[in-house]
Amino acid sequence: MPEIKVTPLGAGQDVGRSCILVSIGGKNIMLDCGMHMGYNDDRRFPDFSYITQNGRLTDFLDCVIISHFHLDHCGALPYMSEMVGYDGPIYMTHPTKAICPILLEDFRKITVDKKGETNFFTSQMIKDCMKKVIPLNLHQTVQVDDELEIKAYYAGHVLGAAMVHIKVGSESVVYTGDYNMTPDRHLGAAWIDKCRPDILISESTYATTIRDSKRCRERDFLKKVHESIERGGKVLIPVFALGRAQELCILLETFWERMNLKAPIYFSTGLTEKANHYYKLFITWTNQKIRKTFVQRNMFEFKHIKAFDRSYADNPGPMVVFATPGMLHAGQSLQIFKKWAGNEKNMVIMPGYCVQGTIGHKILNGQRKLEMEGRATLDVKLQVEYMSFSAHADAKGIMQLIRMAEPRNMLLVHGEAVKMEFLKGKIEQEFSIDCYMPANGETTTVTTNPSVPVDISLNLLKREMALGGPLPDPKKPRTMHGTLIMKENSLKLVSSEQALKELGLNEHQLRFTCHVQLQDPHSDADTLHRIYTHLKSVLKGYTIQHLPDGTVIVESIVIKVSSSAEDSNTKVLLLSWSYQDEDLGSFLSSLLKKGLPSGIC
Amino acid sequence: MKLYCLSGHPTLPCNVLKFKSTTIMLDCGLDTTSVLNFLPLPLVHSPRLSKLPGWVSKDGTINLEKELKECAGRVFVDAQPEFCLPERELLDLSTIDVILISNYHCMMALPYITEHTGFTGTVYATEPTLQIGRLLMEELVNFMERVPKAQSATSWKNKEIRRMLPGPLKDAVDVWMWKRCYSMQEVNSALSKVQLVGYSQKVELFGAVQVSPLSSGYSLGSSNWIIQSHHEKVSYVSGSSLLTTHPQPMDQSSLKNSDVLILTGLTQMPTANPDGMLGEFCSNLAMTIRAGGNVLVPCYSSGVIYDLLECLYQFIESANLGTTPFYFISPIANSSLEFSQIFAEWLCHNKQTKVYLPEPPFPHAELIQTNKLKHYPSIHGDFSSEFRQPCVVFTGHPSLRFGDVVHFMELWGKSSLNTIIFTEPDFSYLDALAPYQPLAMKCVYCPIDTRLNFHQVSKLLKEVQPLHVVCPEQYTQPPLTQSHRSDLMLELQPPPMPYRRCSVLNLPFRRRYERIYILPELANSLVPSEIKPGVSVATVSALLHSKDNKHTLQSVPKPPPMPPSKKRKRVIEEPPVALAPKPMLSGAVALEAFLATLQKHGITEVKVEETADGHILHLQAEDTLIQLEEDGTHIVCDSEPLRTTLRDLVLRFLQKL
Repeated sequence: MPEIKVTPLGAGQDVGRSCILVSIGGKNIMLDCGMHMGYNDDRRFPDFSYITQNGRLTDFLDCVIISHFHLDHCGALPYMSEMVGYDGPIYMTHPTKAICPILLEDFRKITVDKKGETNFFTSQMIKDCMKKVIPLNLHQTVQVDDELEIKAYYAGHVLGAAMVHIKVGSESVVYTGDYNMTPDRHLGAAWIDKCRPDILISESTYATTIRDSKRCRERDFLKKVHESIERGGKVLIPVFALGRAQELCILLETFWERMNLKAPIYFSTGLTEKANHYYKLFITWTNQKIRKTFVQRNMFEFKHIKAFDRSYADNPGPMVVFATPGMLHAGQSLQIFKKWAGNEKNMVIMPGYCVQGTIGHKILNGQRKLEMEGRATLDVKLQVEYMSFSAHADAKGIMQLIRMAEPRNMLLVHGEAVKMEFLKGKIEQEFSIDCYMPANGETTTVTTNPSVPVDISLNLLKREMALGGPLPDPKKPRTMHGTLIMKENSLKLVSSEQALKELGLNEHQLRFTCHVQLQDPHSDADTLHRIYTHLKSVLKGYTIQHLPDGTVIVESIVIKVSSSAEDSNTKVLLLSWSYQDEDLGSFLSSLLKKGLPSGIC
Repeated sequence: MKLYCLSGHPTLPCNVLKFKSTTIMLDCGLDTTSVLNFLPLPLVHSPRLSKLPGWVSKDGTINLEKELKECAGRVFVDAQPEFCLPERELLDLSTIDVILISNYHCMMALPYITEHTGFTGTVYATEPTLQIGRLLMEELVNFMERVPKAQSATSWKNKEIRRMLPGPLKDAVDVWMWKRCYSMQEVNSALSKVQLVGYSQKVELFGAVQVSPLSSGYSLGSSNWIIQSHHEKVSYVSGSSLLTTHPQPMDQSSLKNSDVLILTGLTQMPTANPDGMLGEFCSNLAMTIRAGGNVLVPCYSSGVIYDLLECLYQFIESANLGTTPFYFISPIANSSLEFSQIFAEWLCHNKQTKVYLPEPPFPHAELIQTNKLKHYPSIHGDFSSEFRQPCVVFTGHPSLRFGDVVHFMELWGKSSLNTIIFTEPDFSYLDALAPYQPLAMKCVYCPIDTRLNFHQVSKLLKEVQPLHVVCPEQYTQPPLTQSHRSDLMLELQPPPMPYRRCSVLNLPFRRRYERIYILPELANSLVPSEIKPGVSVATVSALLHSKDNKHTLQSVPKPPPMPPSKKRKRVIEEPPVALAPKPMLSGAVALEAFLATLQKHGITEVKVEETADGHILHLQAEDTLIQLEEDGTHIVCDSEPLRTTLRDLVLRFLQKL
């Protein structure tokens, strides 16, 4: 039985360093190659030694696919390709290909330049790694090799995020990456067709959450920002440079315009300007409304939002600052947080998920005293708010995707074990399919049962179809008979006659003849006629002919009558049939041996 | 399989392919050359045009002065211009399942096909094709509706009258089929039927056929199409280019192994080299400006104009044209320039790399930013106040019959300082200029047609090796004006099948196989036997299911056990129900081995007699004859148990098929 194997190297019952290995139809595919934000040691990257202990991965992987540009999905890519060693194809969408190297470079700078780590990938390695990338277009079927094909679907979540359908022969797997089933202010909703994969590998970040409507959340967010500004406070919104940031900018920009607010909004880091440029150039990846109106008004040209300078943080008066990174684990957002944390008028709004170990995660869990580097502690007095703006599907959304794709099995990754357990139960109950949630390094094996594609001769097919009448009746299936020829890699189903011809074989005729003695005091001709009448009454639905040359033919069985030399009342019947009519011939010979019923004339 | 040809225009094709159970329209190009027979539609009242004399037949019997006007020896229809539509009578358009669009120039007849015809199918196109196609339709409608002409002219179409008319009008074909432009409402309705596809996306049609667009390298989002089932493949090649311009390069290898290749949309200017033309364009432009004249470039609002602007971007400084204003005037000028920048996926590699930086892929963004290029929706409004001369104006329509270009012809035509440079190959420039004669302005003809030329296409065909090629008849002979140029035609073996408007071709196809799926349960139950090294056979008896053009085979369910019959006697008399017919047999029964087998089964008294074709075995104790021959075995035996034993022994020696 063919099998599909799935092994998470990261994101198994966890969020962070997504990296999932899939073996399907003899092909090995790596899905995502991310880093973990919560660790600074070896656990930061997936454990590639699982694939091979010694050396390069090229021989063990047929391709690598990156779902989107977030670092927990692509952060380990240069390490994997350049330091561990992989020269095969890496697939990602155009926006991901554009943005991913910038985030990687940013990550590298923070790690190497600020934290002083050595033995990390270099700028050159990022460049070399990106040279191995082959861009993917949505819905394009990419033939990785003769057997392996992949196809990307729109996933929402962030610009360029994709779900991917992987197919070998008739077996297939869908990997969702991160996705979002409700459109937001700048992106559309994920969509997939009814592709019925053997396994659907889905993220499950919000496995237990069913979120209220987006509108309510937006209203809440604006209200909180507005209140804080009104009382002269400063609002810090830690974000990642691309993604949520743009959505919230659009939101604030329109709100500022409507309410005629004057407080400044800043966006930190030079990345921003650039980031907005990406949105303008990849506008086809945004939602329908933005796409439709971009010629008249480009939503990514902001009037109220200005670039931030480090010195502004000490300016008096209210302000809103978007700063990177989003989990307060390093960089500018952390610096500003430290500055503002002591004032209860201020507010920090965490608009997304925070990985365990980050400051973001700590303050969201209510921690009010933080240990900083150098044994200093930081008192957190400002208001801490959490608004779930990260664009992940919630439980409802995950169920909706299952309904869309109709998978045979479900596999959850990118979530917390407890939450997964809950969702697993729900899925198994509602869809009656198996749901798996392997931990890192644990392999899930699913046996598939693919049907075998065969080429059928059109003559044979048409003959069989014609038997069923002009309109095939689905309730009345038709039986068909043929010969399957297996030659090299081809499977052909043809009629037996054609099989003989194609294989250059002679037909071997097997015939049987048997004599049956019968007491029947009539002339030969009358006896034959009585046999004819008898058979007519017994064999309904068979072709029976009485030929003038003194034979009766049932289908292809020949029956002749002659009188015995000794006794003219004893008739000798001669039956002759071919092997193809064996059942009928055998039946007739035993039937006639019993003699003719007296009732017939 | 049949091909219905609804258009005779080789670069604006409209064909319908009937393949398996589907009806597929390939492109619906609109032949706009018919508008050359009409008088231009001026945006501003033109005293010259309104003073043209009406036409009266020589003998004075026929007076059509309201409908027809004369200018410089030619006669023009004074009414809203009409287009030559694809044939609508050859087949019922409501039976079309899908329409495949290859590029935005080849979809302009779409509203005529999808609206008011009962069409209920789906149109497939790439996103750039849809968006730019929409813009071009919008522009066309705008050009027409901006200058409404209440008058419709039909008297001239009368056959008797047409016989007496001069020049091209007399020879115009299918004039009764000509139609006025559609409305915006019809455009929107037609385009709402479009479903977007990406390159190499596989789209299943009714489970019977798979269609897939391939990059054709001609324009943004332009595609060729593969139409295939598991065993047959048709390639449809429409406007394609191998030159390095802005679009993604042409995908040639996917066209390999086609049974039939339908070839349309070759260059209309086989003797003009696009690069040479581009050079001439630049030098003429610079010369005119230096002499203080204006340059008019009648062009479509998308396509080659992007390349012209890119070329000028590099040329402006070196030619000292830094201060010359460049104007692009069209109701869709802004949209066209904006849209060109957002289709990174559909661009050539160089341009994609720019987007990764992130920078706009086309340099016209910089020309706009630095105010060197300005765009306006029309000559009215801002343009009239900001307009400075000498200047360069890009504007439509290239037929010179409608759009803002008409105004500039009237404005600049009288001065020999000015130059009009034709870059679009769709219209004969002499015909285009006819209603403006006499004309003082200089005319330069540098048609830029990047589509495949005959040399490129024969190389391509050699590589992809289709079994048969179908093409417009124009490609099977040299152009009329250059009848000695046998290099300007397709020479293939076997010769291409030519088509013309209204042809119905039977495509040479022999479908022999179809895909069927054997369900796992049945597959596991099959018993293959090897009959030659590497070749195995298995007999299959199975239930055939056919649904949505997909066929599957599954095991025959075992018949339910017979209920114990009360009348045992009758059971015997039930004739056998043939569940599975006996297989065919092959091979031969070897005498020695067979005798040995018989012996093992206790049949020892066998008399063997040699005959011409084999042997006769006489089983003396059993009074049974077995005739063994190369291609047959005949068992003559009256005892049923013995007969079945012998049968099974013989079968051991034979292969079952």
